[in-house]
Amino acid sequence: MTGMFIVLVKIVLALTWTMVLALLLTWVERKESAVIQDRIGANRASVFGFRAMGLFQPFADAIKMIFKEDFVPSFSERGLHALAPFLSFFFVAVTVVTIPYGDAIRLGGRRITLQAVDVPAALLFVLAMLGLGIYGILVGGWASNSRYALLGSMRGAAQLISYEVALGLSLVGLVMVFPSLRLSEIVRFQGGLLLGFLPKWGVFLQPLGFAVFFLAALAETKRVPFDLPEGESEIIGFYTEYSGLKWGLFMLTDFLEVIVVACLATTLFFGGWQVPWLEAGGFRFPWGGSWRLAPWLVTVLEVGAFNLKVFFFCWLQVLIRWTYPRLRYDQLMDFGWKFLVPLGAVNVLATGLILALK
Amino acid sequence: MKDTWIVIKEILKGAAVTGRHFLANMAFHTLAVFGLKTRRKGAVTIQYPEETKPLAPRHKSLHRLLRRENGQPRCVACMMCATVCPSECIFIEAAETDDPEVQKVPAKFVIDLNRCCFCGFCVEACPVDAIRMDTGEIRLASTDRAGLEYPLEKLL
Repeated sequence: MTGMFIVLVKIVLALTWTMVLALLLTWVERKESAVIQDRIGANRASVFGFRAMGLFQPFADAIKMIFKEDFVPSFSERGLHALAPFLSFFFVAVTVVTIPYGDAIRLGGRRITLQAVDVPAALLFVLAMLGLGIYGILVGGWASNSRYALLGSMRGAAQLISYEVALGLSLVGLVMVFPSLRLSEIVRFQGGLLLGFLPKWGVFLQPLGFAVFFLAALAETKRVPFDLPEGESEIIGFYTEYSGLKWGLFMLTDFLEVIVVACLATTLFFGGWQVPWLEAGGFRFPWGGSWRLAPWLVTVLEVGAFNLKVFFFCWLQVLIRWTYPRLRYDQLMDFGWKFLVPLGAVNVLATGLILALK
Repeated sequence: MKDTWIVIKEILKGAAVTGRHFLANMAFHTLAVFGLKTRRKGAVTIQYPEETKPLAPRHKSLHRLLRRENGQPRCVACMMCATVCPSECIFIEAAETDDPEVQKVPAKFVIDLNRCCFCGFCVEACPVDAIRMDTGEIRLASTDRAGLEYPLEKLL
């Protein structure tokens, strides 16, 4: 009973963390794009004249979206039209529970892992859920019963399915190196040292795998260099017929995907909560020194490291979103099928060869 | 294969440009937070209602009519400005006056700013230098059309 309760609390905490981060990310997106373009960015939203660098902007957006008319076109498939944003949102949000935020802590004689649910095949679970997220797009486009939305959703489905192949292939090499599908164990495998000084992170063992993974994952988030499903300004996308909070849910899904990709990149390739040279008792440096730390401090450092890495990848994705122009559709497909998939296959073969020769 | 390297190089170059802007601007913003004054700012933004850009000395802003020494408008209702106006936004009704030097004065002089295109031709056409566009007033918004029809009293 207590175990059940703990799991529930952990799930709620993980979702809260993600939602808060998503809200913050809308602010980061605005501000970072502004700083990149020598502007200031949203800074007028205020509470009692207190502006706080525009940090209230996400709440102002939320209030605006809540009070907007929830317009449903008369020609749409009503039930499915309402269901689509929730499908899209649910399948992305549910992946967050498998992410390990840190090692275990001891609380009242009970060992609690800082991970909501340690799914045995978490890697496959995450890939499957990201794959099911396509249904949100497809159903949304179909239920809108509008040609442009349908075309947008078809583009989206084709893009996501194409890049799913590259995404899966890039992770095969990783699973060969860290022989587990549990995210917690993959992180634990990355604790050791490589050549005596380098942390044994996935990115050092699988540089090519990481490149393919990150590019494919960027395409999965369907943000700007790969935003053919929506193309907000020129090509009309799958949520054309949505407004108000349902549209907001699609938008939130985009930000959640950014966070999930950042979490996955961190967990799989950048050591998750591992801090370089930090062990259970404290730091032990490769040049001989050591620094003893209290267990709670170690946990704080690990959770902090995880968050820092996730923030970095969120920042990087926003930077990429504000740097590159959109790919043309044939370029997108070429890039996915003729570049990333072969590269992923080469990575798998090379990894296999090295493992066999070792 | 050669193209691939060019593309990768250009992609990295693009990221370097935005990354450089981000880091440089963040550095200046951070300095500003700590109260350090730098010649360059983190953003080129002018926070408009609170901060305004100085207008150029020859900027064409809201019109004004000049007065004689005795306080009467200089305008002699010659209709030159109304004639030259490409937007046809000046309406003048002339009246006679006893002063033999002047002969005519405007009884009504209305500039319809709804139509005005701020070309400044009226200023150039005026033979007695009665109209100028140097008030520096550029916030001319109004909630109705009548509010933008400036009569003689408002222009003097």
